[in-house]
Amino acid sequence: MVVEDRWLRDTYVDLLLEYAAKDERIVLVEADLARAAGTLRFREQYPERMVDVGVAEANMVGVAAGMAAMGKIPFAHTFTPFMSRRACDQVTLSVAYTGLNVRLVGSDPGITAELNGGTHMSMEDVAIMRSIPGMVVFEPTDSTQLREAFPHLLKYQGPIYIRLLRRNAAKVFRECTGDFQLGKGVLLREGKDITLVASGIMTAETLDAADLLEKEGISAEVINIHTVKPLDEELILRSARKTCAVVTAENGSILNGLGSAVAECLSEKEPTILKRVGVQDSFGEVGLTDYLKERFGLTASAVADAARECIMRKARK
Amino acid sequence: MYNIAVIEDNANKIRELTIEAIGRLGVGHIGGALSICDVLSALYFGVMNVDPKNPSKPDRDRLVLSKGHGGPALYAALALKGFFPCEDLRTLNQPGTHLPSHCDMRLTPGIDMTTGSLGQGFSAAVGMAVAAKMDRNPCWVYAILGDGESQEGQVWEAAMLSGSRRLDNLIAFVDYNKMQIDGYTEEINGLEPLDRKWEAFNWHVQTVNGHEVKEILYAVDKAKKVKGRPSVIILDTIKGKGAFFCENLLTSHNMNIDGDMWKKAVSMLERGEI
Repeated sequence: MVVEDRWLRDTYVDLLLEYAAKDERIVLVEADLARAAGTLRFREQYPERMVDVGVAEANMVGVAAGMAAMGKIPFAHTFTPFMSRRACDQVTLSVAYTGLNVRLVGSDPGITAELNGGTHMSMEDVAIMRSIPGMVVFEPTDSTQLREAFPHLLKYQGPIYIRLLRRNAAKVFRECTGDFQLGKGVLLREGKDITLVASGIMTAETLDAADLLEKEGISAEVINIHTVKPLDEELILRSARKTCAVVTAENGSILNGLGSAVAECLSEKEPTILKRVGVQDSFGEVGLTDYLKERFGLTASAVADAARECIMRKARK
Repeated sequence: MYNIAVIEDNANKIRELTIEAIGRLGVGHIGGALSICDVLSALYFGVMNVDPKNPSKPDRDRLVLSKGHGGPALYAALALKGFFPCEDLRTLNQPGTHLPSHCDMRLTPGIDMTTGSLGQGFSAAVGMAVAAKMDRNPCWVYAILGDGESQEGQVWEAAMLSGSRRLDNLIAFVDYNKMQIDGYTEEINGLEPLDRKWEAFNWHVQTVNGHEVKEILYAVDKAKKVKGRPSVIILDTIKGKGAFFCENLLTSHNMNIDGDMWKKAVSMLERGEI
């Protein structure tokens, strides 16, 4: 898998600048992590359109809500644990309950917090955000998808949680297709034996897993879910009906994240053999991505193992 | 110039309507609602640029009732101002109402921010003031905070930011009735010296009798002239002010109101007996 040469955050800031030039509603709210998000570049160009509230995430979210109530589209950013855990009540009430147009950007999802370690790794941010009524949960896979999604992120009425990888993403999408929709998954590869559903950094791992499986004669269908909520149930059900076995893969806890969303959908509408790859109810720890991927089983081989297990279970049925 | 008699009269009406709405229901946050009736009248009938026929006009002044449990008093003020009929006040907390205990911007015309989880409204008010400055919107942003609410850390995060950013389009009030659910604020988690705390956060501070509309209006006028700093007006108030059954009553945060007690309270107010 080819890795992009630029950090994903740089594309994020490019897009902010590009759209801010034509849309005055776009403003930024940071809590002393503008340097991490790369948005100092935005501050240089639009100093009057960025508010850095300092180290005060609860206030940041409230300030963003107030700005949205005045007609702005604030992009409020901090690391995922501080957005989801620390400011949970502010996100829930000031942003979601009001239905205001705040874009909550959580950076360094899951193990990608790397050397910041366990304190900065929120394995549960998707679970928290997903359980808040009206919250859209979006995780761009690479710069192409983020670019394609951006106008949709602006146009949508209501709150969105953007789970943003900061560093280099694996290149999954070669070019913009023009058919991006929030809440619609992307069929990356057709197959008939197993459905692999992945989000974020696990999308590339899952494509690699499909290659591994292919060598063994297993035909895997791969779906990228960039919007965990609302979930593209139609696409997942269609694929599950075809393959009769599903593996999910996510960079975060399997409790109440992508895997749970898929499990809820399938168990209610099309009970299907399922295995969830992700962090198994565990805190994070310090390390680099390659180590952490192995440590928490977030690898192509883990996805392939899960697929084989599901196929064996299918055969036994 | 303000018509003080009208504003005082409306303060009384807000108080009566609040007592009636909560009284009919038999339970509610009456203490902290009655302590803000005078400031609400001063704002809606003296100070604020709002138009009940166009509740979302962009240059309107904003009010965030950060102590969202004071909703019933604000609803009474909005009804009197003409945002919706006074009869609607009887639907307070009834199924399907647009007047819930705590303020909800999606339900009620004239409500600028959803509040109830203490501390959050104040941050939103700060965000509004920031956005207004960005847009050169001449509106004023007002926030009403509780004294118990002032124990929330978020209040001071927001206070620090607005002092630091010199938001002189923001005027906050603290309803300092000195009581909270579990007892006297000074005994639970003391706020004193409250004025000096705000001063230390770079705010212009005034303290007035929160039940004298003249004093409130004068303080707002003065606050509007302050440049380069937000202003806070600490309202020295009495919890449950104006209702014989709960005035200065420590347990009046959220209490039961038996039978027709509210009727007696309203008639006492009408006759000027309290």
